[in-house]
Amino acid sequence: MINPDAKLAENMFDKPTMASTREGFGKGIVEAGTADERIVVLTADLAESTQAHHFQKAFPERFIQCGVAEQNMATVAAGMALYGKIPFFTSYATFSPGRNWEQIRTTIGINNVHAIVCGMHAGVSVGPDGATHQALEDMALMRTIPHFTVISACDSEEGRKATVAAAEFGSPVYMRWGRDKTPVMTTSETPFEIGKANVLWTPEVKPPKVAIFATGHLVYQALLAARQLEGEGIAVTVTNVHTVKPLDRETILREARAAGAVVTVEEHQIAGGFGSAIAELLAQECPLPVEFIGVHDKFGQSGEPTELVEHYGMGVSHIAAAVRKVSERKPV
Amino acid sequence: MEALTDAEVRELEQRARAIRVTIVEMLAAAGSGHTAGPLGMADIFTALYFHVLKHDPKNPDWAERDRLILSNGHIVPVRYAAMAHAGYFSVEECLTLRKFGSRLQGHPERDMLPGLETTSGPLGSGLSESAGYAYAARMDGKDFRVFCAMSDGEHEEGNIWEAMMFAGKYRLANLVGIMDRNNIQIDGDTEDIMPLEPLRDKYEAFNWHVIEVDGHNIPQFIAACDEARAIHEKPTLILAHTIPGKGIREIEGDYRWHGNPPGKGPADKIPADKQAEVFLAELRTTTNN
Repeated sequence: MINPDAKLAENMFDKPTMASTREGFGKGIVEAGTADERIVVLTADLAESTQAHHFQKAFPERFIQCGVAEQNMATVAAGMALYGKIPFFTSYATFSPGRNWEQIRTTIGINNVHAIVCGMHAGVSVGPDGATHQALEDMALMRTIPHFTVISACDSEEGRKATVAAAEFGSPVYMRWGRDKTPVMTTSETPFEIGKANVLWTPEVKPPKVAIFATGHLVYQALLAARQLEGEGIAVTVTNVHTVKPLDRETILREARAAGAVVTVEEHQIAGGFGSAIAELLAQECPLPVEFIGVHDKFGQSGEPTELVEHYGMGVSHIAAAVRKVSERKPV
Repeated sequence: MEALTDAEVRELEQRARAIRVTIVEMLAAAGSGHTAGPLGMADIFTALYFHVLKHDPKNPDWAERDRLILSNGHIVPVRYAAMAHAGYFSVEECLTLRKFGSRLQGHPERDMLPGLETTSGPLGSGLSESAGYAYAARMDGKDFRVFCAMSDGEHEEGNIWEAMMFAGKYRLANLVGIMDRNNIQIDGDTEDIMPLEPLRDKYEAFNWHVIEVDGHNIPQFIAACDEARAIHEKPTLILAHTIPGKGIREIEGDYRWHGNPPGKGPADKIPADKQAEVFLAELRTTTNN
């Protein structure tokens, strides 16, 4: 059942409101920009598709068009942050942090300045643009840079809150965003704190057999899987881990220990990403069987978002199958 | 700004010589690091720290200071030496260069030593950072200037051309680039490795004001910094022609000294174990020019 403390949207399973996580950025950044004049937004010729154009319209004097030059954009942002501005810089995640990773590492990471890297169009759910534009490696790239916090919001509303929180955070942040409209699960009442995972689904009958940890918009697929599994008598928990780094160790270990088996869900390569981060933690603190939902060492391709998510094994049925599989792997 | 008197010029030249001595001493003690670039830029860094820059060694975070961003971080020994002589820290501390626990990292780290402005080493990014800094400062109506010291070789990086385009577009008149045009890089002469010329034309085509100077002529460099102040519609590049290894005749212009410290450089002219000693003797006995 839905955890009542999560204050999720009542219509989430029937007729959910649909919005992309990037739209949440568009709203959140105007809110943050209203609250703090130090905030500036940069883009590399992608104002509209990154949703930075909302900020551009509201605060034209604090919007900086960098042209198609992501390496320059990252380092201009670093310079602005060194001065004392709070720059959010936006492009597709394959280009930023893809193309400009070293600039980010050196001038933002080692410098440890408060700049926010916004990587849009993450995951195969970018759709028709194809593999070159579908970032599946960005969380792996960013969680290896010291000082960086990595956030992957589950829906538009959480994305809005995360943007406002990142603006006040004081150290480097990577934020991952999706292109496609996905169900809005959370509400303005849903708790959000950077670094604090939220349990969204708890079993009717305790204890759970499996703990599902999900990040990004696939949290919704994980909840659908949980609902289906409950009908089959398989009790699970679903935790929304919006902060991929640093992990909320306390919540994750508590849920993992209670269940004894884990499934991780992300729209990203399984190597080096969110599932890997969970596995690193579990390997040290409580080794348990884990199944990984994500892209298994392949590039994406053109297609519709839903069919691509299914094709690459990240749909509801795949999550449910992973739960059944991992529960059978539990030591007797 | 008033023209320098002869006595003032001589005083700056003396300081440059002392800074070169410190560079050789610190590199010899470190046993690794770059020699040619720091020696070649000693006159310019002397002029910056002892005449051009608005700064306060006792208050490195002074909000109104001019910013000096070093893009080619590998020549940082010249910056450390100039900062030490200017009073940021003791000259003795220079001997900790590249040692475990030192604030004087092999490439500059902002977090470790006040006054460095940024972390650098990977080439081609300092001009963008400087441009971002200058843009942000102009938004707030600040009147300090942002200086960016760069190498010629790093102009082989794409990032720097993006920065030139950006600074030209936004007419960042509070930004002054200083290019160390010493014609060498690790693997050889720049025009063999990857020709850069015509650099002046290229910067001008990107809407920069360009001033060429002899990088060892301190009054000329200072005059160029003054001239840049009068250019209101464009960023300025001071294209400084320098001699790598300047001050030590045996190594001047020799690209093989780009990345070696005294004691580990080419031994065809001076045996390795005599290099530091010979360099120091030469610097102490000859005049700056």
